[in-house]
Amino acid sequence: MKAQRLGAWIAIAIGAGYFVIPLLGTLEFSLRMRRGQYSFDAYQSVFSDIQFRETFGYSMLMALLTIIFGMLLVVPTAYWVRLRLPQVRPVVEFITLLPLVIPAIVIVFGYLRLYNSSSILPLTGSTSGTNALLMFSYMTLSLPYMYRAVDTAMRAIDVRTLTEAAESLGAKWPTILFRCIFPNVMSGVLSGSFITFAIVMGEFTMAALLNRPAFGPYLQLVGANKAYEPSALAVIAFAITWLSMGLIQLVSRFQKSAPAKA
Amino acid sequence: MTADDRNAMTTTTAAAPLISKRAIIDWLGIAPFMIFALMFLIVPTLYLVTGAFLTPEGELTFKNIADLFTPSILSAYWISIRVSVASSLGGALIGFFLAWAIVLGGVPAWVRSGLLTFSGVASNFAGVPLAFAFLATLGRTGLVTVFLRDWFGFNLYSTGFNLLSFFGLTITYMYFQIPLMVLILTPALDGMKKEWREASEILGASTWQYWRMVALPILWPSLLGTTLLLFANAFGAIATAYALTGSSLNIVPILLYAQIRGDVLHNPNLGYALALGMIVITGISNILYIWLRMRAERWQK
Repeated sequence: MKAQRLGAWIAIAIGAGYFVIPLLGTLEFSLRMRRGQYSFDAYQSVFSDIQFRETFGYSMLMALLTIIFGMLLVVPTAYWVRLRLPQVRPVVEFITLLPLVIPAIVIVFGYLRLYNSSSILPLTGSTSGTNALLMFSYMTLSLPYMYRAVDTAMRAIDVRTLTEAAESLGAKWPTILFRCIFPNVMSGVLSGSFITFAIVMGEFTMAALLNRPAFGPYLQLVGANKAYEPSALAVIAFAITWLSMGLIQLVSRFQKSAPAKA
Repeated sequence: MTADDRNAMTTTTAAAPLISKRAIIDWLGIAPFMIFALMFLIVPTLYLVTGAFLTPEGELTFKNIADLFTPSILSAYWISIRVSVASSLGGALIGFFLAWAIVLGGVPAWVRSGLLTFSGVASNFAGVPLAFAFLATLGRTGLVTVFLRDWFGFNLYSTGFNLLSFFGLTITYMYFQIPLMVLILTPALDGMKKEWREASEILGASTWQYWRMVALPILWPSLLGTTLLLFANAFGAIATAYALTGSSLNIVPILLYAQIRGDVLHNPNLGYALALGMIVITGISNILYIWLRMRAERWQK
């Protein structure tokens, strides 16, 4: 028993070392810009870079749009499948898992060929078309996470009874959907949104190949040209991921503590 | 917009409750989702898949597939497979021991919840920033490299170590592979019943015998399945590798990236075949993963 506990602590020490040392290394490196002493010069340089602000803002906007449109697509679909079409559930679930199977670079390759400027639907021919295509690509990437989160939340509520109750009180479909279903699956919507946010902020492949000024390609560009700023950016990116995941934990804990509401 | 469309449609049916009409409306309800999936997931993929079997003039051919077996493309697949296998095996091994430690090792509860929370974050910390983190740690002036040089007089880079190589990419990938393994394997280990252990002890089994004859036969579908998932996960990844090595390490996603950017293979349809190869490899490992997971769930009821 004693040997087992020792072994467990050794495993944890190795794991913790593997996780923490690169983070320490990044943090230390990001503070090293001024010769001979630690300073926040690298962060200052990052934050004063106009391109940083532009690409960061662009990705934030993209993440927001992806979340809004993604949820408008996913929540009604998950609701409808549970209420009216339980027989297509396996098909829908299979489709939502496909983006985990098909590599992102393959999906975007398909877009570039299918929606190029000489095709029937020339989305890549204009800036706004490409922006829309990038948003759709982000929706595709986050589909597995969004659907899973919303569907899990929907399992906890009785959609049929809720719908019938709302109908018998004279509610119309928009009311049912946006005032009954959405608020009740809010925990799923929120955790799906946070993970989508984390994915979109760091995404590189789609944005780079569609040539849009997003945060991911900007990170790559800085990495290729500068010494200390990339580390500062990595610390910022890690903080974003940490924040998103922390918020998911918070939301799910909140949900667990209040099951009576469902 | 999609929701409104559908709501408009459903309201009309409520007025006319015909069975056949209702069935149509039922199916119309998931039409927005299906159209989305077709337009942005299925058709683009099928376009590449069929393109892999066509000449640029549009005639049926198997030449593109045959051309995949040229040395330069084969070597790209080979490096990709090696990196993915090494990082998934390494991730699986360390991840397994970590999951074992928090479930069965008798460590305090805060270690468990801390590690699981951290794994949730770290498994999503991939892409370009991960490459930066490892450059800052194990690069030529990174923290660990400098520390080893200044304190132990040990020059990491004189041993032939290079972060921008097969080995460097593997240990970088393991940063998101290990947490993923921990996240998936912890529930499987939680599902191991205490009674099994006790029963085997009563029958006189040693710890080693228990693991070899009871625990591992139950766990192997989870272990192997998750390793396959990690493999597919590493195989499709590009951002970390691209930011870390530029285009110096010739793995398949980077080759495909270069092909999309500038047709480096001088045959667009060969690019489709390259993409098809990736889908086939990640597809097979995912199908095996799902099959193994169904087997594993037999024991988790």
